[in-house]
Amino acid sequence: MWRTGWRERLQNLRSLGLELWRDKAGFTGVVMIAALLFMALAAPLLAPHSPADQDLMARLKPPVWSEKGTWNHILGTDHLGRDVLSRVIYGSRVSLLVGAAVVLVAGIFGTMLGLIAGYARGRADNIIMRWIDTQVAFPGLLLALIILAVIGPSLITVIIVLSINGWMVYGRMTRSAVLSVRETAYVEAAEVLGCNSRRVIFRHVLPNLTSPLLTLAILEFARIVLAEAALSFLGLGIQPPATSWGLDVSSGKDYMFRAWWLVTFPGLAISITVLAINLVASWMRLISDPQEREKQFARQMAARGRKHRRKEAAVL
Amino acid sequence: MGRYIIKRLWHGVIVIFGVTIFVFVVTRLVGDPVKVMLPLEATIEQRAAFEKQLGLDRPIWVQFVDFMTALARLDFGDSLWQHRPAMTIVFEKLPLTLELAFLGIGLAFVLSIPLGIVASLRPGGISDRSTIFVSLIGLSVPQFWLGLLLIVIFAVQLRWLPTSGVDTPAHIILPTVTMALPALARMVMIVRSSMIDELNQQYVKTCTAKGLPIYRVVGVHALRNASLPVVTLCGWELIRAIAGYSVVVETVFAWPGLGLTAIQAIEREDLILLQAIVFTVAVIVVFINILMDLVYTLIDPRLKLA
Repeated sequence: MWRTGWRERLQNLRSLGLELWRDKAGFTGVVMIAALLFMALAAPLLAPHSPADQDLMARLKPPVWSEKGTWNHILGTDHLGRDVLSRVIYGSRVSLLVGAAVVLVAGIFGTMLGLIAGYARGRADNIIMRWIDTQVAFPGLLLALIILAVIGPSLITVIIVLSINGWMVYGRMTRSAVLSVRETAYVEAAEVLGCNSRRVIFRHVLPNLTSPLLTLAILEFARIVLAEAALSFLGLGIQPPATSWGLDVSSGKDYMFRAWWLVTFPGLAISITVLAINLVASWMRLISDPQEREKQFARQMAARGRKHRRKEAAVL
Repeated sequence: MGRYIIKRLWHGVIVIFGVTIFVFVVTRLVGDPVKVMLPLEATIEQRAAFEKQLGLDRPIWVQFVDFMTALARLDFGDSLWQHRPAMTIVFEKLPLTLELAFLGIGLAFVLSIPLGIVASLRPGGISDRSTIFVSLIGLSVPQFWLGLLLIVIFAVQLRWLPTSGVDTPAHIILPTVTMALPALARMVMIVRSSMIDELNQQYVKTCTAKGLPIYRVVGVHALRNASLPVVTLCGWELIRAIAGYSVVVETVFAWPGLGLTAIQAIEREDLILLQAIVFTVAVIVVFINILMDLVYTLIDPRLKLA
């Protein structure tokens, strides 16, 4: 069996890092996501207050840089005197948790069905693709509303509802990729050598789908962070004692005209998170698409050529 | 062509049937409609009477047959919240949602084509990069927050436009812009990338070589070939606007369309009204889907054979 040695892996990782460093937008995105992850994991250490601590004496305090602001509440307080900064820090947990959970559930389910459809073909393929086509044509959010209205909103329901709505893209993409990989010589060779279908799928087909699936998962992550925020904003997502950015924008909405910071900061947090993920996703698409890579490479070579010629001209 | 339309219509019927079964199963089997709709302190007698009123005490298959026959007559029963037929309310609110969705997506479509073309003329140039950057930001800002920001800026600070409601024509400006911006960001990206692909084709070189002015090469030859993905996305955006974004935008601006009514129905635990809304939107979505497929065959004659 062929395995990459750790030395080679390190080399690969280094060249990937170099490439990331060259793409400034992608690099910024990765750094921002790392910071967010740290914020979510270390929330109790970073937050100056507990997100649920009410202080009715210090209600609707503005951020520190305005006249009445205090260093005790850097981003101000809400209508119950809760610290906005702490709530923003804790809110990152919900967003990232829901995003990761939904990407995992929907991704695994969709990829599995896509693998089955693409590899088995025939009846299974037909049934699965019909199912996907029908569900894609469903008005997703409205069906989500019905489920939420009947079961009642909670963290778990949000994850379930968003997963039900989001697995089809993975299924479609995996199936079409499997259909093309199936015809390649190495899959045929594996079959001739007597690998059973499970081994062919997991050892020979799936590894070749990693990078498109990863790119899709990152894009979906961004979409889900936005969807969770929207559901929580509508009052159908995370419920009050818990914190979520969408929920905070919704409760700040009533005080919007007196206290602009209540809607601004959680909304900004959502935007920055999604922007960071989008930056990483577009970088991923660039490096994982061979055609794009070629363009990129050609551009670099051309630039290097120009520089070289200029140098020569300067010497002459 | 005729066979194709029939096939598409058939698929549409299956989707609507699927939605109905889904709604039926979720509301009757997964959840307990009586528990959702009656207050917690309701007595056993009240619950039984309510079950009888909704016909929930009968076997499930009788309920299903009843549900489907009532549906065929477009009769969902009376809304528990407003005490009048649910479909009447839906038809009252529907035009407002359609107006907002069509205006918003129309605005996005009209703006996305010139912006996308300008970006595509020099890939990697300054206008291209700034378009991508602005689009990325547009993709990342949550729509409800965008709406609130617009209210704060244009209604509260500048006092140019009303905050919410439907009283004057000026009331539709902010909701339309809020509806349009995220869609615009996505559409500009698609216009840009499909125009770049087309401008690299051989026929574009031929056109330029034979001396056609650049605006004809880009605006007529390349644009027509690049329009298929754009029209596809436009259809999708319209569907998403009606079946999804309208809920958010209407809630932010208190725009009394179907989306806001759906949220109010959930708050008042009125499953009957919610069912009627979901069913209506499903029919509209299916209808737009079929329409989109027909538009493709008009734009791209190659698809006619499929």
